[in-house]
Amino acid sequence: MQLTRRQTLGLAGSAAALAMTGFQVTPVFASAEDATKHIMEFTGGKEPTAGKVSLNAPEIAENGNTVPISVSVESAMSGDDLVESVMLVADGNPNPAVATFHFTELSGKAEATTRMRLAKTQNVIAVAKMKDGSVYSDTKLVKVTIGGCGG
Amino acid sequence: MAKPRVKVPNSAKAGEVITIKTLISHTMESGQRKDKDGNVIPRKIINKFTCEFNGTKVFECDVDPAISANPFFEFTAKVNESGTFKFTWVDDDGTVYTDEKPIEVN
Repeated sequence: MQLTRRQTLGLAGSAAALAMTGFQVTPVFASAEDATKHIMEFTGGKEPTAGKVSLNAPEIAENGNTVPISVSVESAMSGDDLVESVMLVADGNPNPAVATFHFTELSGKAEATTRMRLAKTQNVIAVAKMKDGSVYSDTKLVKVTIGGCGG
Repeated sequence: MAKPRVKVPNSAKAGEVITIKTLISHTMESGQRKDKDGNVIPRKIINKFTCEFNGTKVFECDVDPAISANPFFEFTAKVNESGTFKFTWVDDDGTVYTDEKPIEVN
Protein backbone atom coordinates (compact mmCIF):
# COMPACT_ATOMS: atom_id res chain seq x y z
CA MET A 1 0.00 0.00 0.00
CA GLN A 2 1.18 3.45 -0.89
CA LEU A 3 1.45 5.93 2.02
CA THR A 4 0.65 9.56 1.34
CA ARG A 5 2.72 12.27 2.93
CA ARG A 6 -0.21 13.06 5.28
CA GLN A 7 -0.48 9.46 6.51
CA THR A 8 3.25 9.19 7.13
CA LEU A 9 3.14 12.33 9.27
CA GLY A 10 0.19 10.96 11.22
CA LEU A 11 1.96 7.68 11.88
CA ALA A 12 5.11 9.42 13.06
CA GLY A 13 2.99 11.57 15.34
CA SER A 14 1.27 8.63 17.04
CA ALA A 15 4.58 6.81 17.41
CA ALA A 16 6.00 9.87 19.17
CA ALA A 17 2.94 10.07 21.42
CA LEU A 18 3.36 6.40 22.33
CA ALA A 19 7.00 6.97 23.20
CA MET A 20 6.00 9.88 25.43
CA THR A 21 3.40 7.91 27.40
CA GLY A 22 5.90 5.09 27.77
CA PHE A 23 8.32 7.53 29.33
CA GLN A 24 5.75 8.92 31.76
CA VAL A 25 4.85 5.47 33.03
CA THR A 26 8.47 4.82 34.15
CA PRO A 27 8.12 4.51 37.93
CA VAL A 28 10.62 7.15 39.04
CA PHE A 29 8.18 8.57 41.56
CA ALA A 30 6.03 6.75 44.04
CA SER A 31 2.46 6.50 42.92
CA ALA A 32 -0.63 6.99 45.00
CA GLU A 33 -0.86 3.18 45.27
CA ASP A 34 2.60 3.02 46.83
CA ALA A 35 1.53 5.62 49.36
CA THR A 36 -1.67 3.70 50.14
CA LYS A 37 0.33 0.50 50.55
CA HIS A 38 2.68 2.28 52.91
CA ILE A 39 -0.27 3.59 54.96
CA MET A 40 -1.85 0.13 55.12
CA GLU A 41 1.41 -1.33 56.44
CA PHE A 42 1.36 1.29 59.17
CA THR A 43 -2.29 0.83 60.14
CA GLY A 44 -2.26 -2.94 59.78
CA GLY A 45 -4.77 -2.91 56.94
CA LYS A 46 -7.21 -0.51 58.57
CA GLU A 47 -8.82 2.20 56.44
CA PRO A 48 -8.20 5.56 58.16
CA THR A 49 -11.20 7.76 58.98
CA ALA A 50 -11.08 11.47 58.21
CA GLY A 51 -11.06 13.78 61.21
CA LYS A 52 -9.24 14.42 64.51
CA VAL A 53 -5.96 14.96 62.66
CA SER A 54 -5.13 18.36 61.29
CA LEU A 55 -2.25 18.71 58.92
CA ASN A 56 -0.85 22.15 58.35
CA ALA A 57 1.10 22.74 55.18
CA PRO A 58 1.52 25.69 52.83
CA GLU A 59 -0.80 25.68 49.82
CA ILE A 60 2.08 26.67 47.58
CA ALA A 61 5.67 25.81 48.41
CA GLU A 62 8.14 27.87 46.42
CA ASN A 63 11.05 25.67 47.36
CA GLY A 64 10.43 21.94 47.60
CA ASN A 65 13.65 21.46 49.57
CA THR A 66 12.22 22.79 52.82
CA VAL A 67 8.48 22.72 53.21
CA PRO A 68 7.26 23.33 56.77
CA ILE A 69 4.72 20.72 57.81
CA SER A 70 2.97 20.56 61.14
CA VAL A 71 0.49 18.06 62.41
CA SER A 72 -1.71 18.00 65.47
CA VAL A 73 -4.19 15.42 66.71
CA GLU A 74 -7.10 16.03 69.08
CA SER A 75 -6.41 13.95 72.15
CA ALA A 76 -6.25 14.20 75.93
CA MET A 77 -2.90 12.34 75.76
CA SER A 78 -3.66 10.31 78.87
CA GLY A 79 -5.19 6.94 79.65
CA ASP A 80 -6.74 5.34 76.57
CA ASP A 81 -7.18 8.61 74.70
CA LEU A 82 -3.59 8.62 73.54
CA VAL A 83 -2.05 9.15 70.13
CA GLU A 84 0.65 6.54 69.70
CA SER A 85 2.13 7.60 66.41
CA VAL A 86 1.59 9.83 63.42
CA MET A 87 3.03 8.96 60.04
CA LEU A 88 3.60 11.48 57.28
CA VAL A 89 3.37 10.23 53.69
CA ALA A 90 3.99 12.01 50.40
CA ASP A 91 2.38 10.36 47.37
CA GLY A 92 4.59 11.92 44.68
CA ASN A 93 8.10 11.59 46.12
CA PRO A 94 10.55 8.88 45.00
CA ASN A 95 9.72 7.18 48.30
CA PRO A 96 6.37 7.75 50.06
CA ALA A 97 7.83 7.61 53.58
CA VAL A 98 8.55 10.98 55.18
CA ALA A 99 8.68 10.52 58.93
CA THR A 100 6.87 8.85 61.80
CA PHE A 101 6.37 10.62 65.11
CA HIS A 102 5.92 8.57 68.27
CA PHE A 103 4.19 10.29 71.17
CA THR A 104 3.93 9.38 74.83
CA GLU A 105 1.90 10.64 77.80
CA LEU A 106 4.84 12.93 78.56
CA SER A 107 4.33 14.65 75.19
CA GLY A 108 1.37 16.51 76.69
CA LYS A 109 -0.05 17.21 73.24
CA ALA A 110 0.09 15.28 70.00
CA GLU A 111 1.73 18.04 68.01
CA ALA A 112 4.88 18.16 65.94
CA THR A 113 6.45 20.31 63.25
CA THR A 114 9.22 19.50 60.83
CA ARG A 115 10.48 20.48 57.39
CA MET A 116 10.25 18.13 54.47
CA ARG A 117 11.26 17.71 50.83
CA LEU A 118 8.68 17.58 48.07
CA ALA A 119 9.79 16.54 44.59
CA LYS A 120 6.71 17.97 42.88
CA THR A 121 3.13 19.04 43.48
CA GLN A 122 1.50 16.26 45.47
CA ASN A 123 -0.64 15.19 48.39
CA VAL A 124 0.83 15.03 51.87
CA ILE A 125 -1.04 12.64 54.15
CA ALA A 126 -0.87 12.40 57.93
CA VAL A 127 -2.13 9.18 59.50
CA ALA A 128 -2.59 8.95 63.27
CA LYS A 129 -2.74 5.70 65.18
CA MET A 130 -4.51 5.91 68.55
CA LYS A 131 -3.92 3.65 71.54
CA ASP A 132 -7.41 2.13 71.19
CA GLY A 133 -6.53 1.04 67.66
CA SER A 134 -8.53 3.59 65.68
CA VAL A 135 -6.86 5.31 62.75
CA TYR A 136 -7.47 8.86 61.49
CA SER A 137 -6.01 10.84 58.64
CA ASP A 138 -5.85 14.21 56.93
CA THR A 139 -4.64 15.09 53.44
CA LYS A 140 -3.30 18.36 52.03
CA LEU A 141 -2.36 19.12 48.46
CA VAL A 142 0.86 21.12 48.31
CA LYS A 143 1.80 22.87 45.07
CA VAL A 144 5.54 22.90 44.51
CA THR A 145 7.26 25.46 42.28
CA ILE A 146 10.82 24.05 42.51
CA GLY A 147 11.18 20.37 43.34
CA GLY A 148 13.46 19.24 46.13
CA CYS A 149 14.98 15.90 45.35
CA GLY A 150 18.05 16.96 43.44
CA GLY A 151 18.99 15.73 39.99
CA MET B 1 30.13 18.39 61.50
CA ALA B 2 26.68 17.85 62.78
CA LYS B 3 26.02 20.43 65.43
CA PRO B 4 22.80 20.11 67.44
CA ARG B 5 20.90 23.15 68.64
CA VAL B 6 18.03 22.86 71.09
CA LYS B 7 15.67 25.41 72.57
CA VAL B 8 14.01 24.52 75.88
CA PRO B 9 12.54 27.07 78.32
CA ASN B 10 14.66 27.57 81.48
CA SER B 11 11.75 27.10 83.82
CA ALA B 12 8.13 26.01 83.80
CA LYS B 13 5.20 25.42 86.14
CA ALA B 14 4.47 21.86 87.23
CA GLY B 15 2.21 20.17 84.71
CA GLU B 16 2.84 22.79 82.05
CA VAL B 17 3.12 21.71 78.42
CA ILE B 18 6.22 23.33 76.95
CA THR B 19 7.39 23.57 73.35
CA ILE B 20 10.82 22.29 72.39
CA LYS B 21 12.59 23.16 69.16
CA THR B 22 15.54 21.20 67.86
CA LEU B 23 17.78 21.54 64.84
CA ILE B 24 20.89 19.69 63.81
CA SER B 25 23.16 20.68 60.95
CA HIS B 26 23.31 17.70 58.62
CA THR B 27 23.27 17.36 54.83
CA MET B 28 20.60 14.58 54.89
CA GLU B 29 21.92 13.11 51.63
CA SER B 30 18.83 11.40 50.25
CA GLY B 31 20.49 8.74 48.09
CA GLN B 32 18.51 10.06 45.10
CA ARG B 33 21.04 12.59 43.87
CA LYS B 34 23.81 11.91 41.39
CA ASP B 35 27.25 13.51 41.19
CA LYS B 36 28.50 15.06 37.94
CA ASP B 37 29.76 11.70 36.66
CA GLY B 38 26.31 10.16 37.06
CA ASN B 39 27.10 8.05 40.11
CA VAL B 40 24.48 7.95 42.83
CA ILE B 41 25.64 9.75 45.97
CA PRO B 42 25.09 7.23 48.80
CA ARG B 43 22.36 7.93 51.30
CA LYS B 44 23.51 9.45 54.58
CA ILE B 45 20.79 10.82 56.81
CA ILE B 46 19.81 11.14 60.44
CA ASN B 47 17.39 8.21 60.68
CA LYS B 48 16.16 8.56 64.24
CA PHE B 49 15.58 11.34 66.72
CA THR B 50 14.57 10.83 70.35
CA CYS B 51 13.87 13.03 73.31
CA GLU B 52 13.92 11.72 76.88
CA PHE B 53 13.15 13.44 80.15
CA ASN B 54 14.89 12.01 83.24
CA GLY B 55 15.26 8.73 81.37
CA THR B 56 11.63 8.46 80.19
CA LYS B 57 10.78 8.73 76.51
CA VAL B 58 8.91 11.89 75.56
CA PHE B 59 9.02 11.97 71.79
CA GLU B 60 10.59 9.91 69.05
CA CYS B 61 10.75 10.28 65.32
CA ASP B 62 11.67 7.77 62.61
CA VAL B 63 13.20 9.83 59.85
CA ASP B 64 13.17 9.05 56.13
CA PRO B 65 15.14 10.77 53.36
CA ALA B 66 12.19 13.09 52.62
CA ILE B 67 13.10 15.22 55.64
CA SER B 68 14.99 18.37 54.65
CA ALA B 69 18.67 19.03 55.24
CA ASN B 70 19.38 20.34 58.75
CA PRO B 71 16.41 18.45 60.18
CA PHE B 72 14.18 20.53 62.39
CA PHE B 73 11.72 19.13 64.91
CA GLU B 74 9.33 21.02 67.10
CA PHE B 75 7.21 19.15 69.64
CA THR B 76 5.74 19.46 73.11
CA ALA B 77 6.52 18.00 76.50
CA LYS B 78 4.61 17.95 79.75
CA VAL B 79 6.88 18.69 82.71
CA ASN B 80 5.91 17.67 86.24
CA GLU B 81 9.31 17.94 87.94
CA SER B 82 12.72 19.52 87.47
CA GLY B 83 15.12 17.51 85.40
CA THR B 84 17.07 17.15 82.22
CA PHE B 85 15.98 16.62 78.65
CA LYS B 86 18.26 14.40 76.64
CA PHE B 87 18.17 14.58 72.84
CA THR B 88 19.64 11.94 70.56
CA TRP B 89 20.15 11.91 66.80
CA VAL B 90 21.29 8.70 65.09
CA ASP B 91 23.20 8.93 61.82
CA ASP B 92 23.09 6.24 59.09
CA ASP B 93 26.82 5.63 59.69
CA GLY B 94 26.12 4.81 63.34
CA THR B 95 27.30 8.08 64.82
CA VAL B 96 25.12 9.29 67.69
CA TYR B 97 24.85 12.99 68.42
CA THR B 98 23.47 14.06 71.78
CA ASP B 99 22.55 17.21 73.62
CA GLU B 100 21.13 17.86 77.09
CA LYS B 101 19.10 20.73 78.50
CA PRO B 102 18.02 21.19 82.13
CA ILE B 103 14.67 22.65 83.16
CA GLU B 104 13.58 23.97 86.54
CA VAL B 105 9.98 23.29 87.54
CA ASN B 106 8.42 25.30 90.32
